Amino acid sequence: MAAQTQRLEVTLDTQLESVDLAENIVTRVAEAAGFGEDDVHKLGMAVREGVINAYNYGNCQDKKKKILLAVEFEPEQMVVHVIDEGCGFQLSDVEDPLADENLLRTSGRGIFLMRAFMDDLTVRRGPTGGADLVMSKKLPHRVSGNGRSQAE
Amino acid sequence: MSLQGTCRDAGDVVVVDFGGKITLGEGSAMLRRMIRELLDSGHRKILLNLGDVDYIDSSGIGELVGAYTTVRGTGGELKLVYLTKRVRDILQITRLYMVFDVQPDEAAALLSFR
Repeated sequence: MAAQTQRLEVTLDTQLESVDLAENIVTRVAEAAGFGEDDVHKLGMAVREGVINAYNYGNCQDKKKKILLAVEFEPEQMVVHVIDEGCGFQLSDVEDPLADENLLRTSGRGIFLMRAFMDDLTVRRGPTGGADLVMSKKLPHRVSGNGRSQAE
Repeated sequence: MSLQGTCRDAGDVVVVDFGGKITLGEGSAMLRRMIRELLDSGHRKILLNLGDVDYIDSSGIGELVGAYTTVRGTGGELKLVYLTKRVRDILQITRLYMVFDVQPDEAAALLSFR
Protein backbone atom coordinates (compact mmCIF):
# COMPACT_ATOMS: atom_id res chain seq x y z
CA MET A 1 0.00 0.00 0.00
CA ALA A 2 1.42 3.39 -0.94
CA ALA A 3 2.25 5.68 1.98
CA GLN A 4 0.07 8.78 2.25
CA THR A 5 1.56 12.25 1.96
CA GLN A 6 0.50 14.63 4.72
CA ARG A 7 0.13 18.24 3.60
CA LEU A 8 -0.35 21.56 5.37
CA GLU A 9 -1.19 24.70 3.36
CA VAL A 10 -1.23 28.32 4.49
CA THR A 11 -2.05 31.32 2.32
CA LEU A 12 -0.01 34.35 3.32
CA ASP A 13 -0.51 38.01 2.53
CA THR A 14 2.27 39.81 0.71
CA GLN A 15 3.50 41.71 3.73
CA LEU A 16 6.62 41.80 5.88
CA GLU A 17 4.94 39.99 8.77
CA SER A 18 4.43 36.92 6.58
CA VAL A 19 8.18 36.28 6.59
CA ASP A 20 8.30 35.73 10.36
CA LEU A 21 4.96 33.89 10.31
CA ALA A 22 6.12 31.40 7.68
CA GLU A 23 9.37 30.79 9.55
CA ASN A 24 7.51 30.22 12.82
CA ILE A 25 5.07 27.78 11.22
CA VAL A 26 7.79 25.72 9.60
CA THR A 27 10.05 25.63 12.65
CA ARG A 28 7.18 24.36 14.80
CA VAL A 29 6.27 21.71 12.26
CA ALA A 30 9.91 20.68 11.96
CA GLU A 31 10.26 20.44 15.75
CA ALA A 32 7.17 18.26 15.91
CA ALA A 33 8.64 16.07 13.17
CA GLY A 34 11.68 15.39 15.35
CA PHE A 35 14.32 17.49 13.60
CA GLY A 36 17.19 18.58 15.83
CA GLU A 37 17.78 22.20 16.82
CA ASP A 38 20.29 22.87 14.07
CA ASP A 39 18.12 21.43 11.30
CA VAL A 40 15.07 23.27 12.65
CA HIS A 41 17.05 26.49 12.37
CA LYS A 42 18.12 25.66 8.82
CA LEU A 43 14.59 24.76 7.74
CA GLY A 44 13.20 27.93 9.25
CA MET A 45 15.85 30.08 7.66
CA ALA A 46 15.44 28.46 4.22
CA VAL A 47 11.70 29.08 4.32
CA ARG A 48 12.28 32.61 5.56
CA GLU A 49 14.50 33.23 2.53
CA GLY A 50 11.89 31.66 0.25
CA VAL A 51 9.15 33.96 1.53
CA ILE A 52 11.47 36.99 1.35
CA ASN A 53 12.06 36.06 -2.30
CA ALA A 54 8.31 35.77 -2.93
CA TYR A 55 7.59 39.04 -1.09
CA ASN A 56 10.32 41.11 -2.72
CA TYR A 57 10.95 39.64 -6.17
CA GLY A 58 7.99 37.38 -6.97
CA ASN A 59 5.07 39.51 -5.85
CA CYS A 60 7.08 42.76 -5.87
CA GLN A 61 5.48 43.71 -2.51
CA ASP A 62 2.07 43.88 -4.23
CA LYS A 63 -0.44 43.47 -1.39
CA LYS A 64 -3.09 42.17 -3.80
CA LYS A 65 -1.03 39.07 -4.44
CA LYS A 66 -0.72 36.04 -2.18
CA ILE A 67 2.05 33.66 -1.15
CA LEU A 68 1.20 30.00 -0.70
CA LEU A 69 3.23 28.06 1.85
CA ALA A 70 2.79 24.28 1.74
CA VAL A 71 4.53 21.67 3.87
CA GLU A 72 4.36 18.02 2.83
CA PHE A 73 5.62 14.94 4.59
CA GLU A 74 6.74 12.14 2.33
CA PRO A 75 8.00 8.86 3.80
CA GLU A 76 11.62 9.98 3.76
CA GLN A 77 11.60 13.77 3.56
CA MET A 78 9.88 17.01 4.45
CA VAL A 79 9.07 19.11 1.38
CA VAL A 80 8.23 22.82 1.51
CA HIS A 81 6.71 24.83 -1.32
CA VAL A 82 6.74 28.63 -1.43
CA ILE A 83 4.60 29.76 -4.35
CA ASP A 84 4.25 33.36 -5.47
CA GLU A 85 2.12 35.12 -8.11
CA GLY A 86 4.94 36.76 -10.02
CA CYS A 87 6.49 35.89 -13.38
CA GLY A 88 8.71 33.02 -12.25
CA PHE A 89 12.42 32.55 -12.80
CA GLN A 90 15.00 29.89 -13.46
CA LEU A 91 17.77 28.91 -11.07
CA SER A 92 20.24 29.10 -13.94
CA ASP A 93 19.52 32.85 -14.18
CA VAL A 94 20.55 33.48 -10.56
CA GLU A 95 24.03 34.90 -10.20
CA ASP A 96 26.55 33.17 -7.96
CA PRO A 97 26.91 35.29 -4.79
CA LEU A 98 30.27 33.62 -4.07
CA ALA A 99 31.84 34.96 -7.26
CA ASP A 100 34.46 37.61 -6.54
CA GLU A 101 32.55 40.24 -8.49
CA ASN A 102 29.39 39.62 -6.43
CA LEU A 103 30.84 39.38 -2.94
CA LEU A 104 30.12 43.01 -2.06
CA ARG A 105 26.61 43.04 -3.46
CA THR A 106 23.97 43.86 -0.88
CA SER A 107 21.45 41.33 -2.25
CA GLY A 108 21.30 38.04 -4.10
CA ARG A 109 22.12 35.53 -1.34
CA GLY A 110 18.65 34.13 -0.59
CA ILE A 111 18.64 31.32 -3.14
CA PHE A 112 22.18 30.40 -2.15
CA LEU A 113 21.18 30.12 1.52
CA MET A 114 18.14 27.99 0.67
CA ARG A 115 20.41 25.62 -1.22
CA ALA A 116 22.93 25.59 1.60
CA PHE A 117 20.37 24.81 4.29
CA MET A 118 18.22 22.25 2.48
CA ASP A 119 19.07 18.95 0.82
CA ASP A 120 17.50 19.98 -2.47
CA LEU A 121 16.00 23.07 -4.09
CA THR A 122 14.20 23.29 -7.40
CA VAL A 123 12.10 26.00 -9.01
CA ARG A 124 8.95 25.11 -10.94
CA ARG A 125 6.28 27.22 -12.54
CA GLY A 126 3.39 27.74 -10.11
CA PRO A 127 -0.33 27.58 -11.02
CA THR A 128 -0.51 31.32 -11.77
CA GLY A 129 2.81 31.45 -13.60
CA GLY A 130 4.86 32.51 -10.61
CA ALA A 131 7.72 30.63 -8.99
CA ASP A 132 7.12 27.48 -6.99
CA LEU A 133 10.21 27.04 -4.81
CA VAL A 134 10.38 23.39 -3.81
CA MET A 135 12.82 22.63 -1.03
CA SER A 136 13.27 19.35 0.77
CA LYS A 137 15.11 17.93 3.73
CA LYS A 138 15.51 14.29 4.70
CA LEU A 139 13.56 13.37 7.80
CA PRO A 140 15.51 12.61 10.96
CA HIS A 141 16.03 8.95 11.65
CA ARG A 142 15.57 6.94 14.78
CA VAL A 143 16.64 3.41 15.54
CA SER A 144 13.66 1.07 15.53
CA GLY A 145 13.11 -1.91 17.79
CA ASN A 146 14.85 -4.21 15.33
CA GLY A 147 17.97 -2.02 15.34
CA ARG A 148 17.37 -0.65 11.85
CA SER A 149 17.44 3.06 11.21
CA GLN A 150 14.21 4.43 9.83
CA ALA A 151 12.55 7.75 9.11
CA GLU A 152 10.19 8.85 11.84
CA MET B 1 13.68 40.37 19.70
CA SER B 2 14.32 42.98 17.03
CA LEU B 3 17.72 44.62 16.83
CA GLN B 4 18.90 46.93 19.58
CA GLY B 5 22.15 48.87 19.58
CA THR B 6 24.00 51.10 22.00
CA CYS B 7 27.07 53.16 21.22
CA ARG B 8 30.05 53.86 23.46
CA ASP B 9 33.33 55.60 22.81
CA ALA B 10 36.67 53.79 23.17
CA GLY B 11 39.25 56.44 22.34
CA ASP B 12 38.66 57.49 18.75
CA VAL B 13 36.75 54.27 18.04
CA VAL B 14 33.01 54.00 18.50
CA VAL B 15 31.86 50.57 19.64
CA VAL B 16 28.28 49.57 18.88
CA ASP B 17 26.93 46.76 21.04
CA PHE B 18 24.18 45.02 19.12
CA GLY B 19 21.67 42.51 20.38
CA GLY B 20 18.79 40.72 18.69
CA LYS B 21 18.20 39.88 15.04
CA ILE B 22 19.49 41.57 11.90
CA THR B 23 16.71 40.60 9.54
CA LEU B 24 14.49 42.02 6.82
CA GLY B 25 12.55 45.01 8.11
CA GLU B 26 13.28 46.85 11.32
CA GLY B 27 16.53 45.05 12.14
CA SER B 28 18.19 45.88 8.83
CA ALA B 29 16.76 49.40 8.82
CA MET B 30 18.04 50.03 12.33
CA LEU B 31 21.57 48.97 11.40
CA ARG B 32 21.52 51.22 8.32
CA ARG B 33 20.19 54.17 10.33
CA MET B 34 22.79 53.76 13.06
CA ILE B 35 25.72 53.57 10.63
CA ARG B 36 24.43 56.64 8.80
CA GLU B 37 24.11 58.58 12.06
CA LEU B 38 27.64 57.62 13.14
CA LEU B 39 29.10 58.73 9.81
CA ASP B 40 27.09 61.96 9.87
CA SER B 41 28.47 62.73 13.33
CA GLY B 42 32.02 62.30 12.08
CA HIS B 43 32.90 58.81 13.26
CA ARG B 44 35.18 56.89 10.91
CA LYS B 45 36.38 54.04 13.14
CA ILE B 46 33.48 51.75 13.93
CA LEU B 47 33.53 48.43 15.76
CA LEU B 48 30.36 46.34 15.69
CA ASN B 49 30.06 44.01 18.67
CA LEU B 50 27.72 41.26 17.44
CA GLY B 51 28.05 39.13 20.57
CA ASP B 52 24.33 39.19 21.25
CA VAL B 53 23.17 38.91 17.64
CA ASP B 54 21.80 35.40 17.42
CA TYR B 55 20.22 35.59 13.98
CA ILE B 56 20.92 37.16 10.62
CA ASP B 57 19.20 36.57 7.28
CA SER B 58 20.14 37.51 3.71
CA SER B 59 18.75 41.00 4.19
CA GLY B 60 20.84 41.47 7.32
CA ILE B 61 23.92 40.16 5.54
CA GLY B 62 23.28 42.64 2.76
CA GLU B 63 22.96 45.42 5.30
CA LEU B 64 26.27 44.49 6.91
CA VAL B 65 27.93 44.50 3.48
CA GLY B 66 26.34 47.88 2.77
CA ALA B 67 27.62 49.24 6.08
CA TYR B 68 31.11 47.95 5.31
CA THR B 69 31.26 49.49 1.83
CA THR B 70 29.68 52.75 2.98
CA VAL B 71 32.17 53.24 5.82
CA ARG B 72 35.08 52.27 3.57
CA GLY B 73 33.78 54.72 0.96
CA THR B 74 34.22 57.56 3.44
CA GLY B 75 37.78 56.50 4.18
CA GLY B 76 36.79 54.86 7.43
CA GLU B 77 37.13 51.40 8.89
CA LEU B 78 34.44 49.01 10.06
CA LYS B 79 35.34 45.87 12.00
CA LEU B 80 33.38 43.08 13.63
CA VAL B 81 33.96 41.33 16.95
CA TYR B 82 32.42 38.56 19.07
CA LEU B 83 30.49 36.80 16.34
CA THR B 84 28.04 34.17 17.52
CA LYS B 85 28.34 30.74 15.91
CA ARG B 86 25.34 31.28 13.66
CA VAL B 87 26.54 34.63 12.38
CA ARG B 88 30.06 33.28 11.88
CA ASP B 89 28.74 30.24 10.01
CA ILE B 90 26.68 32.43 7.68
CA LEU B 91 29.62 34.74 6.97
CA GLN B 92 31.82 31.73 6.27
CA ILE B 93 29.49 29.97 3.82
CA THR B 94 28.89 33.26 1.99
CA ARG B 95 32.66 33.91 1.80
CA LEU B 96 32.18 37.19 3.65
CA TYR B 97 34.24 36.12 6.64
CA MET B 98 37.31 36.83 4.51
CA VAL B 99 35.91 40.20 3.40
CA PHE B 100 35.08 41.63 6.80
CA ASP B 101 37.80 42.43 9.32
CA VAL B 102 36.73 40.06 12.10
CA GLN B 103 38.65 40.60 15.32
CA PRO B 104 39.12 38.00 18.08
CA ASP B 105 38.25 40.34 20.96
CA GLU B 106 37.61 43.99 21.71
CA ALA B 107 41.12 44.79 22.96
CA ALA B 108 42.69 43.42 19.78
CA ALA B 109 40.09 45.18 17.70
CA LEU B 110 40.79 48.58 19.27
CA LEU B 111 44.52 48.15 18.72
CA SER B 112 43.98 47.18 15.07
CA PHE B 113 42.46 50.51 14.02
CA ARG B 114 44.99 52.75 12.29
